[in-house]
Amino acid sequence: MNVHDILFWVFSIAMLVCGVMVIAHRNPVNSAMSLVLLFAFMAGLFVLLEAFFLATIQVLVYAGAVMVLFLFVIMLLDIRASVLKRLRWLGLVGALLVSGLLVWEIQQVLRQPAVESAVEAKGLALGLSDVVKPLFTQYMLPVQLTALLLLAAMVGVVLLSKRDLQ
Amino acid sequence: MNELLIHLLKIAGVIGVMLGIVAYTVLAERWVCAWMQDRIGPNRVGPFGILQPLADGLKFIFKEDVLPRHVRHKFYFTVAPMITMVPALITVAVVPWGSYLPVLGHNIKGVIADLDVGILFIFAIASLGVYGIVLAGWSSNSKYPFLGGIRSSAQMISYEVCLGLSVVPVFMQAGTLNLWNVVLYQAEHTWLVWCQPLSFVIFMVSAFAETNRTPFDLPEAEQELVGGYHTEYSSMKFAMFFLGEYANMFVASALMATLFFGGWSLPVAPLNAPATTLAVGLAHVGVFLAKTLFFLFVFIWVRWTLPRFRYDQLMTLGWKVFVPLTIVNILVSSVVLAVMENG
Amino acid sequence: MMKVARPELSFWERTNIPQILKGMWLTIRHIPKRKFTRQYPEEKPPLYGDYRGAPTLVRDPEGRVKCVACQLCEFVCPPKAIRITPGFRDEGRPDADVEKEPQEFEIDMLRCIYCGFCEEVCPEEAIFLQRDFAIAGYSREELKFNKQKLLELGGVREDSIWKWKYKGAPPPDAPAAPAREPRIQALARR
Repeated sequence: MNVHDILFWVFSIAMLVCGVMVIAHRNPVNSAMSLVLLFAFMAGLFVLLEAFFLATIQVLVYAGAVMVLFLFVIMLLDIRASVLKRLRWLGLVGALLVSGLLVWEIQQVLRQPAVESAVEAKGLALGLSDVVKPLFTQYMLPVQLTALLLLAAMVGVVLLSKRDLQ
Repeated sequence: MNELLIHLLKIAGVIGVMLGIVAYTVLAERWVCAWMQDRIGPNRVGPFGILQPLADGLKFIFKEDVLPRHVRHKFYFTVAPMITMVPALITVAVVPWGSYLPVLGHNIKGVIADLDVGILFIFAIASLGVYGIVLAGWSSNSKYPFLGGIRSSAQMISYEVCLGLSVVPVFMQAGTLNLWNVVLYQAEHTWLVWCQPLSFVIFMVSAFAETNRTPFDLPEAEQELVGGYHTEYSSMKFAMFFLGEYANMFVASALMATLFFGGWSLPVAPLNAPATTLAVGLAHVGVFLAKTLFFLFVFIWVRWTLPRFRYDQLMTLGWKVFVPLTIVNILVSSVVLAVMENG
Repeated sequence: MMKVARPELSFWERTNIPQILKGMWLTIRHIPKRKFTRQYPEEKPPLYGDYRGAPTLVRDPEGRVKCVACQLCEFVCPPKAIRITPGFRDEGRPDADVEKEPQEFEIDMLRCIYCGFCEEVCPEEAIFLQRDFAIAGYSREELKFNKQKLLELGGVREDSIWKWKYKGAPPPDAPAAPAREPRIQALARR
């Protein structure tokens, strides 16, 4: 086992622990901070794959912007620690169904013979241009559609929050 | 093994010099402030008061570390000052301090981590600094820190947008995100501030906002928020917030020097190309530090000149002035660059 | 009610840029200017006119205690900082005809408000406010100045008021007393 492998296991296990903490903690701030840590460890995994751009974007967008907003909202609304609710049968069945489906899906994917993925073809080192060029050529339409969708969502939010103007 | 040793020495040197500069920036702040107000400033500890930072540090260490009873969460309360301090120290890793240092047959590159996504790395790590302030404000569980935390998170998120967008034309022109290569581009061509003055102005103002300095120091605002998020802190915890702020200032100054003012290069014969001798290499480090110190002075100068913005003015400036301006700037720059390349 | 119209701002004024630059120019110009700081313990501030510092007891030019323990100052003192224990001068002493002298004279410098009433009320001109203003100590007790300390601080006062020794004009061999400027003139000079 070299340093790479050790780091991989450290990051993976830490990520899983953080993931469990996100849902196990009853204090919303603890959950949010666990999620931030999870993103940090995920960025660490990306660095191990030498995908520096992805790692940085991961930290910049998720840990640096999205989670700060989450924390902001939690603080602003002063959400208290949630109280344990009684288990509802319908919810339990639904949850089991969905997780079962997920496990089955993952298993199906893992059973497939390993295909040469985009990452492997590039020798793992994903630079900026490798990520950005396809976005502006091959995937131009999806990018633009996503942008439009986000714009619509933003306008919708503004409209909803300013409802009393009319 | 040699590589590792060189890296460790580089890290130790950079951190040491940086912390030294940070400590003395605190003193410089007091001196410049005093001079601008026709006073003398600290001059008691050592000759001309140059040992003042030592005395301050000693005082902070010996102060009682008060943990107010109303603190909501001891862990976050303790961790928050560390979170504000550490990102600033990490970000200097990608800042190029010099070109090369040819020592004992090794050609040491003047940067710790020569990342291709340099500037993104800085933004990513710097954006984590908000957590310290937000957590400090939340865990203190008292009204002034809370207001400071809220203001700070809103302000930092807003100005991160401007900060990120304002440097896009710079990298479009230099054609790389690697800070060392950006400096090389400027050494070979011209300082980018002459090509992108608007970028520079917006970057500088946003940097002031990001480092919570006047005229954007609303999260601290001594007069209305009694120090804001660090109201409840004492002793070394407070000192870490303090040092964190100055370390952030240092990084911001270093970035301004690197991105717009040619980093280690000067447009004079031996200094405008990567060093081949040790003397030139050291001169490059000196040039970089001189530029950085100049911007640190600008930070201080502005602080003792301008009054604080109102909250709505701050947000208006960020979202209604800078964001549109940066987008126009990007558009115009890209058109000009495309025309120059093809025509 | 009067409505004041806001002045129309030009484009540059609304950007704040000229004002900012003007302010920056102003502050940087102050850096090389003369500094007004007084380096206090080394550089004492100038004291003007009848500065009222610590009250002290004085001796006359022949070295005798002028105070006759009449206790007027003790009575007039607004914060009651003065405490006098009256006593008698010994029979054999040359100034025995004065009869009274304070056995103990105590001024609590922490209570004293430096009003100068004691100086004004003293019929013997035995208590004077000096120009010392930095009176510091490590304890409250230390700052209760006793007779000995007060006399030390006061020293000898060279003036012409020797009323209880020489009735009438001073003898020809008496040391020449310096003329003292009347207080009212000193005040007017200020």
